[in-house]
Amino acid sequence: MEVIMEALPAFGDAWGLILQPIVLGYLVLGVVMGLCIGVFPGLGGIAGLSLLLPFMFGMDPVLGLALMIGMVAVVPTSDTFASVLMGIPGSSASQATVLDGFPMAKKGMAARALSAAFASSLFGGLVGASFLTIFILIARPIVLEFRTPELLMITIFGLSMVGILAGRVAIKGIVAAGLGMLIGTIGEGASSGDLRMSSYDFPYLTDGLKLVIVGLGIFAIPEIISLLRKDRAISDQPQLGGGWIVGVRDWFANIWLSMRCSIIGVVVGVIPGLGGSVVDWIAYGHAVQTTPDKSNFGKGEVRGVIGPESSNNAKEGGGLVPTLLFGIPGSGSMAIFIGAIALLGSGQIEVGPAMLKNNLDITYAIVWLLALANVVGTVICIAASGGIAKLTTIRFVLLAPFLFMIISFAAFQSGQNLMDLVALFAIGFLGILMRRFDWSRPAFLIGFVLSNPAETYANQAVQIASSRFRKSFGEGIEYMFTPIVIVLLIITVLSVVIGLRQAKHIMAEGDVKSGSKRAPFVFMLLVTGYIAYAFYDAASIPSFSRDRTFPMFVAGVSLVGCVALIIRMMLKPETDVMFADREREGDDAEATHGLWPTLGWFAALLVLTSLLGFILALAVFLFSFMLMRARLSAPMAAGYTAAGIMFMCTMAWLLNRDFPPGLLQEYVDLPWPLT
Amino acid sequence: MSTFKTTRRVAMSLMATAAATFATSAYAGGHGIDLEGKTVEWIIPFSETGGSAKWANFYAPLLSEALPGQPTVVVKFMPGAGSTKGANFFQEQKYEDGTLIFGSSGSTQFPFLLGDPRVKFDYADWNVVLASGTGGVAYLPPELAEKMDGMDASGLQGEDFIYGNQGATRLDLVPTLAWEMLGLNVESVMGIKGRGDGRLMFERGEANIDYQTSSSYLSGVTPLVEAGTAVPMMTWGALDDAGDIVRDPTFPDIPTFKEVCDATPACETSGEKWDAWKAFFIAGFPAQKMVFLPNGASTDAIVTYTKAFEDVKARADFAEISGKRLGKYPQMTGDAAATAKASATQVSPEAKEFIVNWLQEKYGVSLN
Repeated sequence: MEVIMEALPAFGDAWGLILQPIVLGYLVLGVVMGLCIGVFPGLGGIAGLSLLLPFMFGMDPVLGLALMIGMVAVVPTSDTFASVLMGIPGSSASQATVLDGFPMAKKGMAARALSAAFASSLFGGLVGASFLTIFILIARPIVLEFRTPELLMITIFGLSMVGILAGRVAIKGIVAAGLGMLIGTIGEGASSGDLRMSSYDFPYLTDGLKLVIVGLGIFAIPEIISLLRKDRAISDQPQLGGGWIVGVRDWFANIWLSMRCSIIGVVVGVIPGLGGSVVDWIAYGHAVQTTPDKSNFGKGEVRGVIGPESSNNAKEGGGLVPTLLFGIPGSGSMAIFIGAIALLGSGQIEVGPAMLKNNLDITYAIVWLLALANVVGTVICIAASGGIAKLTTIRFVLLAPFLFMIISFAAFQSGQNLMDLVALFAIGFLGILMRRFDWSRPAFLIGFVLSNPAETYANQAVQIASSRFRKSFGEGIEYMFTPIVIVLLIITVLSVVIGLRQAKHIMAEGDVKSGSKRAPFVFMLLVTGYIAYAFYDAASIPSFSRDRTFPMFVAGVSLVGCVALIIRMMLKPETDVMFADREREGDDAEATHGLWPTLGWFAALLVLTSLLGFILALAVFLFSFMLMRARLSAPMAAGYTAAGIMFMCTMAWLLNRDFPPGLLQEYVDLPWPLT
Repeated sequence: MSTFKTTRRVAMSLMATAAATFATSAYAGGHGIDLEGKTVEWIIPFSETGGSAKWANFYAPLLSEALPGQPTVVVKFMPGAGSTKGANFFQEQKYEDGTLIFGSSGSTQFPFLLGDPRVKFDYADWNVVLASGTGGVAYLPPELAEKMDGMDASGLQGEDFIYGNQGATRLDLVPTLAWEMLGLNVESVMGIKGRGDGRLMFERGEANIDYQTSSSYLSGVTPLVEAGTAVPMMTWGALDDAGDIVRDPTFPDIPTFKEVCDATPACETSGEKWDAWKAFFIAGFPAQKMVFLPNGASTDAIVTYTKAFEDVKARADFAEISGKRLGKYPQMTGDAAATAKASATQVSPEAKEFIVNWLQEKYGVSLN
């Protein structure tokens, strides 16, 4: 109580700072800019803040903060548009939203899903801010209790969500997660820099694959291709049902779920080192576990939207704790935020251990600006959701090329290398096959996201623990098994047991019929082959290096799973769920266009880019796609193309980004944007 | 004896570069380049989140004001392969109109000096226009700091230390080698992403020895020192004009590693180990971050940028705004920058060989 009494004067000062018309004006400006950037998948707070940085130098601190916080706060709100409407995870914060949000859009309930999501986001943001108001005063010692074993345990808890999302065949889900983890280990190991599945002769892979590419590839590309083959709109209903009021009511009916998920979001967000990449999955898992009737998850259950969306805005608030109190960024955008704060005014705000002592008023101003930004952002988003939801009634063939354009651009930003597009295509192809054969893509993605933290924390915890054990046995035990670790361990075990029992009902990939044996079996063998090779590759790293242990362990476990699956495949008849294949029956089988010609279009964009550079290739691609696939008239196709190119160039120019060059650019010097 | 040798080597390179820059400045009579309406791209081979990003973001708006024609200066981040990707990219660029500059850091210098297989660039081709120095401070928990007898670190030799290490071949080799020379038994826990994570590990009580570069020390560790949970152990020091290590001007009250080493019987400030440490300290800290124009840059462009950075330094408020973000360190231009570049990108073959072998023995890191 005493601490809070001491903080009271700062409360007043902070409100005084915020409640000025000009500050609120800057906040709204930031929110609008954040919304404009956040709606494009793959371009999150990092791109937005980089855009603002040049203006921060010497700016009045409160105005600068209002602008930046407005932008950061709404990115997890606005990226919901892409997740729900297109099935594209806009950022790592809204991956889980795709699972149920997109099926709702397909059923013509996009506006309902969106407004439920926004209401949850708003609530999460507010819960986060009020929690922080008190918590930030006592956060330091609590955060310091989370040492490496605790961080490792949280990571493992996140991984245990695979249990819920594993799909109908649990082992298949586990192997999918193992595959994701192995793909996450590609590149230089964190411990001694040994290379896994890559070589310096081919430098692209040595840095590993980026989350943007894997997220877009594994979720977005399969959905886009699948919709494109059907040649209709996203929504299967011509009339959109469920307006935005219904969504808000949905949220209100689940307010306790929203509350619990917000708390999960803010608590996990507070812990430095994990960022927010697991929060939405944990919240999704929680939503599933607390819903009596689980049969609708993966098919458009509104609770599956409310859970993750409540947590991801709350997480931004939680993420302020490590950022402000320790000077350690919880995410990429927070890192830029720290840098930008130093530029404000005469640099008098210094984030880090002294922040609370010297700048408590600024700290509170930041927390509450975040809450205000959430309110403003949500109101704008809800107002816009009805209109934007109409996108789902447009013939998808008119949207698809633009989506390809945007995700290619986003993917390219991660490494500024043509190989980014190749990687996107390759992961996209893997995603298509996983979707076809009913392998859980969420499990894969969780594995990928948590691969690095799991490996790093495991290695570090083992190393520090063995040093403690050398001192004395008691000290080692004390380090490893703290009360927090034990509690997390119990929760994890419960969650796995309950999750696996329930997993059969939750079809993250929808209901998939079984068909012939050959195609699923071939894919199974390919997966096994990759895992076996990854094991061999890791085993060839010298034995004193810690970089071999984790991939060998994961590959070993996955291989056991693969063998079990192969044996089961050999024993069971072809009607078994093991042989699920979307091409046999259902939407994909009846689609107007084949898989290969559709994929061919995207491959053509890739090949053309490598020859002509991105913009020229895009012009050719857009024009011929509109002409031949969408069957538009030549002038119409030209109009679409021009609009697309214009948009792309404006965007790149604003964000000051380049496009992938091709072979042509090696020989001829062309002016921007053709370079 | 060998201290003398190092000094002489520094002096020699000083003279050589001075001669080279004299030749440059002789041409620098006339007109600079005008960048009006242009956009200067400043490539940083790291992500948006590191220390180099802070440094570049600090200078970019100032540089924009100071360059003739007030061009827009944008910082472009090109992370990858421990910064060698961006540096290799810059090596391939031809000089055109002075709108492309590159910012390198100690983490770019070290792979170059150690002969990392990924390095396809050569500092000799580039034209330095600014060199920013920094320093580093090592610190301990209070109960361990008590065991030091004044500057004599012998009392720490029986302890088990844990240090959060970013990577064996990174700047962290300067502190780890220093501690080893003092006879401390320091175990490196690898996989730390940034020194901030190392400090957090120290605060959580998992690591019990750490170091931070000066600006991070000021913002992150000084409050801990005031709260009594950390005690400074030593700085790496700074270089005087003769190339000798002296007290760090930002931390005049904290002894340098050289002083601590002198006071500790197990440690020697001469011999190949000391020479190697000093060579890599010089490469990593006193000229940690540099701004370059690409190969073939015109004298006009070099003069223009040098003048712009000099104008930035001459701002009335420069000491105030830079003090907090960069620390009180020399921001060198012209001949001083060229000298700094020479000392930061050249180490003797003996020092290189020593470090390469040491990395191989201690961490099993093979650089060939």
